[in-house]
Amino acid sequence: MKPFSASLDYVGRTVMHYVEEMGRIMTLFFSILFWMMRPPLKARNIFKQMEFVGVKSIFVVVLTGLFTGMVMTLQGYHGFRLFGAETMVGSTVALGMTRELGPVLTSLMVTARAGSAMAAELGTMRVTEQIDALYVMAANPIKHLIVPRVIASVLMVPLLTVVANFVGIAGSYFVGVNLLNINEGDFINNIYKMLELNDIYSGLVKAAFFGLVLSVVGCYKGFNTTGGAEGVGRATTQAVVISSITILVSDYFLTAIMF
Amino acid sequence: MIKLVDVHKSYGKQKVLDGLNLAIEAGKTTVIIGRSGGGKSVLLKHIIGLIKPDSGHVLIEESDITRLSEKDLNEVRKKFGMLFQEAALFDSMTVGENVAFPLREQTKLKDQEIRQIVADRLRAVGLSGVEEKMPSELSGGMRKRVGLARAIALHPRIVLFDEPTTGLDPVMTEAINQLIMDTQKNFNLTCVVISHDIQSIFRIGHKIAMLYEGRIIEYGTPEEIRASDNPVMRQFLSGSVDGPIKVT
Repeated sequence: MKPFSASLDYVGRTVMHYVEEMGRIMTLFFSILFWMMRPPLKARNIFKQMEFVGVKSIFVVVLTGLFTGMVMTLQGYHGFRLFGAETMVGSTVALGMTRELGPVLTSLMVTARAGSAMAAELGTMRVTEQIDALYVMAANPIKHLIVPRVIASVLMVPLLTVVANFVGIAGSYFVGVNLLNINEGDFINNIYKMLELNDIYSGLVKAAFFGLVLSVVGCYKGFNTTGGAEGVGRATTQAVVISSITILVSDYFLTAIMF
Repeated sequence: MIKLVDVHKSYGKQKVLDGLNLAIEAGKTTVIIGRSGGGKSVLLKHIIGLIKPDSGHVLIEESDITRLSEKDLNEVRKKFGMLFQEAALFDSMTVGENVAFPLREQTKLKDQEIRQIVADRLRAVGLSGVEEKMPSELSGGMRKRVGLARAIALHPRIVLFDEPTTGLDPVMTEAINQLIMDTQKNFNLTCVVISHDIQSIFRIGHKIAMLYEGRIIEYGTPEEIRASDNPVMRQFLSGSVDGPIKVT
């Protein structure tokens, strides 16, 4: 009985830990909403974060989108050719990019690049008492540090997704039409026929949600860092892992609701 | 001016403050001494409301800050400046922006006026003309002086110093001590300094309080502290490993 009760105890503690953590993340989320409503918003900080999250992520997002579109076309072509439907490759890639891969891959890349940086920067500010210094100067750290990052992420991840979608489809066109000799007219016509605006919109809604997830989790982990340099490293790793898993899991449920 | 009444604080099973009582006089420098990890910084963070006690009261000019909302607590905090152990300058801002930060947050002063005050405060700490430098370009002593300039930017009535001379060479230690004394005198501040630098405490303190096992066990003028026959106090001042303070 003993090992059984010990295992049960371990499982119980782990579940409790995650439930508590979710509760704390939700508390932070509502604090963010509260401080978002209270003017003045720090426009300078928001633009600075938009540049960091958005502009500086363009290169990596373009690369990811481009090669995803290209490789999907390459793989899809061989499959579709078996029953003579090569011209459907473009529309399949376009649907895949706009509905799923655009928002998910963009969010994962932004998580790796900016979400981790948020956790590391805020974590360093925590362990070097810069966050305490904000409190001492009667400046709310959530308003100063977290709100700009969340607003920037919610706005910029959808924009980056548009870029990823565009270059993904462009990459698909290049491989399909130029390298695999799919008829250009059929390729484009099928995309027009299959792709609806709703596919693009729903992808962008997902992207905005993922932007919210990666920024809230990154900021939460950084903001609650303890234990010096090791703690900052731990917070950064956890931020990336939790954000990535949450994005992938929530993508399933969002897809189930939207389509 | 500042009173801590029966303050208790524990982290898990470890009691850090255990019924601590302390009254800090206005317009004077009170130095709090004690062994490393003995709760001095925790005590300082109670005074400015960064940590709430498990029980007890922290009175700032008769207002019990343990019962205040965050908004009211911020009003009380405007009376304070604080120099952190590693200065806690914002890495992403220049020195000028760091010193200007509380002015931009708490006042409606124009840019020109803010620039003037920043220059004045930096001059007061002997660092004219460093406004455009980044904190990473400064030495430890310079960072602490910029931290002090930021702490006094809003003309606070109370300034808290968390180990202001730790990690500095003797010359810079003396320079910072002198700066604390000058600043206290010129701005008529109530200063609370945490330190375990014996030379510094006698140099800058009007009153000295010894924190031991969560309580203030000795409080008095430097002369009274020197003459104390409390064995803990004697051991701490002599730096001996033999005595009631156990090295763990």
